[in-house]
Amino acid sequence: MNESSTLQNKGRFGTIALIVGIAGLALSAVGYLFDAGRFFFSWHVAFAYWVTLALGALFFTLLQHVTGAVWSIVVRRVSEAMSTTLPWLALFFIPVLLGAGTLFHWSHADVMASDAVLARKAGYLNLGFFAVRGVLYFAIWTALAWLLNRHSLAQDASGDPARTLSLRKLSAGGMFFFAFSITFAAFDWLMSLDPHWYSTIFGVYVFVGGFLVSMAFMTLFLLHLKGRGILADTVTIEHYHDLGRLLFAFSVFWAYIGGSQYFLIWYANIPEETSWFLKRWDADSWRMLSLCLIAFHFAVPFLVLVFHAAKRNLTVLRSIAALLMVMYYVDMYWLVMPTMSAQSVQPSWMDATTVLGIGGIVVWLFYRRFASHPIVPKGDPRLQDSIAHRV
Amino acid sequence: MKTLAILADFGTPGALLHAAEKVRTAGYRAFDCHSPFAIHGMDAAMGLGRSPIGYIVGGMALLGASIGYGLQTWVTTTAYPIIISGKPLYSWQAYIIVTFALFVLFGALGGVIGMLRLNRLPRLHHPLFYSERFGRVTDNAFMVSIEAGDPLFDETGTRDFLSSIGGTNIELVKGD
Repeated sequence: MNESSTLQNKGRFGTIALIVGIAGLALSAVGYLFDAGRFFFSWHVAFAYWVTLALGALFFTLLQHVTGAVWSIVVRRVSEAMSTTLPWLALFFIPVLLGAGTLFHWSHADVMASDAVLARKAGYLNLGFFAVRGVLYFAIWTALAWLLNRHSLAQDASGDPARTLSLRKLSAGGMFFFAFSITFAAFDWLMSLDPHWYSTIFGVYVFVGGFLVSMAFMTLFLLHLKGRGILADTVTIEHYHDLGRLLFAFSVFWAYIGGSQYFLIWYANIPEETSWFLKRWDADSWRMLSLCLIAFHFAVPFLVLVFHAAKRNLTVLRSIAALLMVMYYVDMYWLVMPTMSAQSVQPSWMDATTVLGIGGIVVWLFYRRFASHPIVPKGDPRLQDSIAHRV
Repeated sequence: MKTLAILADFGTPGALLHAAEKVRTAGYRAFDCHSPFAIHGMDAAMGLGRSPIGYIVGGMALLGASIGYGLQTWVTTTAYPIIISGKPLYSWQAYIIVTFALFVLFGALGGVIGMLRLNRLPRLHHPLFYSERFGRVTDNAFMVSIEAGDPLFDETGTRDFLSSIGGTNIELVKGD
């Protein structure tokens, strides 16, 4: 097929995603009527999962432009399309705002006033400022995603190399805004669930996970297209090898950041800091989940992907990418849920419906965008070099 | 003076790549290609397998990690047990940093030393240095060399073969 044009055979992928999304959201709405408190926590995990995945895609696009990478040009449309879901994810942020009273201990003014530590944080942790910051984050991400896509699509028609340079400059500046916005979003949405606790590395932890899951998603999506015979000769084993390297590197980096965070808190042994880890360790079920994270978010991907042949074996790569997609959900669950039930892990059917509901809509929006434009940046002057890429 | 090797010029990187394939297909094993820069696809054209360097690095890294972890465990629990900030004598968390550092250090040393060994370096002389023209491979020449030790090597036969695949300036390298 002609790969410099839009997708001719769109297949059922988008329709299935939309059906899953609507069904998930509808069931989640039913869940809200039964148990609103539980709904908000499940929703929060699912929201954090998909918004960080989309942010990982935004970061991937920025990174490729800043470094002038050639290998990634053939896969760039995937990350560009995923980043366009960010403005829509702002809609899914509304339930987080509505549920703030349930999710965030600090949202109650009387609690803040009666707690000496929290009283000092009230200037930052209050609902009005929280909402304003949320809007600001989404405004930054939407602007970046929109500009990146606009320049890239304009280049499809003109093939003007000046666009590449504009994208590089835009991305270099955009990185700065991205780094601050994702760090503060991680503080606001995830770290402030335990308002006494703080960790300056927390933003990096969330960013690394988001980038990792976004690479896992990209790998799985490209393999899905390959199965349909799309981009099969354009995205070659060499590109999959590079994706495997990124999965490997960021799985290790995730462990490195998580380990660093743990290590400092373990060493200092200050009760207000250790309480966060103890909530995830004292109960047997939480301890099991913590160990699962170390084993399957880090150890297994490390031991498999460290081998050259594994990164070039698409069956292995697909399995590891799928494992990481699941384990990243466990990671988000592990960050959020001890706030609700530190005594034990309490799964609910709403965990599944929310993540599939938001995910279905996000993937549908992503696919609709992906399929409506040329599926490789056909105007990029280095496209042929990218196709011919060798590791 | 005995013949040590034979040297032939191939004008371009592409010609060198094709020559490498033909030399390999003809059955020569003790041959090498020389160019001022790395040529993509040359490893495959010459029939070189993957380097075992990764396993050397991996083995050395694991050795370093074991030494780091073992040494700290021995020091803090047996050789010089001392309680630090109320933590247990055997505190594995505290060992991770040195363990990781030695993992990386030994891996890096394994990489450098292993690379040198596999390349048979350091080496102060090589028979090809008898050829005055050979110095041009660091500038603008693309050459194939076949060593006299190769079972298929034959002064006239190999010269004719290199000529038939497009080699020019064919030179028998002689030395002591």
